Amino acid sequence: MGVITDNLDVWSEALGGTLLLFFAGGALALVLGLIVGAMRVSPVPIARGVGTFYVSAIRNTPLTLVFFAFVFALPPLLGLRLTGDVSLTLGICALGIYTATYVAEAIRSGVNTVPVGQAEAARALGLGFGQVMTLVVLPQAFRSVIPPMMSVFIALLKNTTVAAGFSIVNLGSVRNYLSERGENAFVVILWVMVIFVALVLLLSWLQRTLENRWRVAR
Amino acid sequence: MSSVLYDVPGPKAVARNRVLGVVTILVVLGIIGFFVWRLADTGQFTAQKWSAFTYTNVWAQIGEATMRTIAAFVVAALGALALGFVLAIGRLSDHKWVRWPFTAVIEVFRAIPVLVFMFLLYYGFPVLGIRMEPYWAVVIALICYNGSVLAEVIRAGVESLPSGQAEAGYAVGLRKAGVMRLVLLPQAIRAMMPVIIAQLVVTLKDTALGFIITYPELLFYAKYIGAQPSVGSPIIPATIIVGAIYIALCLLLSYVATLVEKRLRRSPRVGQVAAPVQPPQQGGTDTALIVAQRGGPAI
Repeated sequence: MGVITDNLDVWSEALGGTLLLFFAGGALALVLGLIVGAMRVSPVPIARGVGTFYVSAIRNTPLTLVFFAFVFALPPLLGLRLTGDVSLTLGICALGIYTATYVAEAIRSGVNTVPVGQAEAARALGLGFGQVMTLVVLPQAFRSVIPPMMSVFIALLKNTTVAAGFSIVNLGSVRNYLSERGENAFVVILWVMVIFVALVLLLSWLQRTLENRWRVAR
Repeated sequence: MSSVLYDVPGPKAVARNRVLGVVTILVVLGIIGFFVWRLADTGQFTAQKWSAFTYTNVWAQIGEATMRTIAAFVVAALGALALGFVLAIGRLSDHKWVRWPFTAVIEVFRAIPVLVFMFLLYYGFPVLGIRMEPYWAVVIALICYNGSVLAEVIRAGVESLPSGQAEAGYAVGLRKAGVMRLVLLPQAIRAMMPVIIAQLVVTLKDTALGFIITYPELLFYAKYIGAQPSVGSPIIPATIIVGAIYIALCLLLSYVATLVEKRLRRSPRVGQVAAPVQPPQQGGTDTALIVAQRGGPAI
């Protein structure tokens, strides 16, 4: 316990960094994923093609490579100086762009679980596009999107540690700072693991609660 | 074509879709154009930036780095499959005292980020007097994480089978091991093949984490060659080349996987059995795991 109480400054900064990466990356992933997911289910063939290309290209790229491209290859291209804030922003972009593909897939498969008959029945009743969406399709799709979406966010939380390899402060990089202070690396990493297990359990609990609240009743 | 989201388009909708198509093309062209402009503007297309990749030696080393990536992947994948079976069978045990520790191990391994586990093996274990090469840190961490994910996949596959399968097995006089080995596992593996393959693609992608703990794989070499001033520090060309290699490897693995899967489905011996298997409909995160992974690989 002494490892934590003696170095509260490092731990709180690291936890803050992880949460910042998680929430900012998650927000970016949600926005981008919504757009790409909408493209993948749209009636425009070109938009579908672009969405499919983006998803299959990024899904077959390791997250480390995405980080590498953003933090090492992008700054010389855009003429940026690599300061702490710049690498943090680039790291958030890397996480967001990588996770967006999984968000898009979760949305697409969620929409696809709604039987076509539901929308056809709604249209037969004379509902317009907006009404079909807001009253019939989206409420059902939302419920089946929740569980996979939470899995995506649990994975995102664990993926934030990759930023440690690119000098962005988060829980993964605590070992770096504390080994300078002469702390036992083994104990430090064990504590990092404990924190992650706790955070993941928290998210799993949230997932179960949301899943039970919005259970698909069909 | 009618879908949940839209009806068969009429003349107005067709015109609107065309406009949207043109807008999409323009946006994509804009993004590509911006990057090409930046690449040209910062001189990435000059022969000097790419001169490093005219040497046989550089390509030989890229080849070696690729082999190191593949070496880590193959051992990690085989180990993860083996561990996955062991953990799954342990978790499916009838005895509470066997089931409980296996469940705990699976849940903990799944919750720990792979990179933190690699850190533990590479930076933490030397404190206890156990030193290992970066290669083994990468491989062991990948085996533990992917093994526990695969265990959950296999378990979900077994639990999704109709209970009549096991009962019939017992009725013809098989013991527990026989029921598991001859009846349940073959069907479960066939049903879960897409998810298992997807997890193997994840394993291949995660070997790139070795870069962070100085395992000299592809990314590590890209960083090295990108920092050589004598060939003009070609970090961007190196990233492009290594990225292409990674995507090609993953696509190749996915392609092989689809071939295997099609073969399994075509085989007449299994066609009837594998078809009715439905994914499990149970509460909790396992459903979520399977739902997430049926759409594609986990992250």
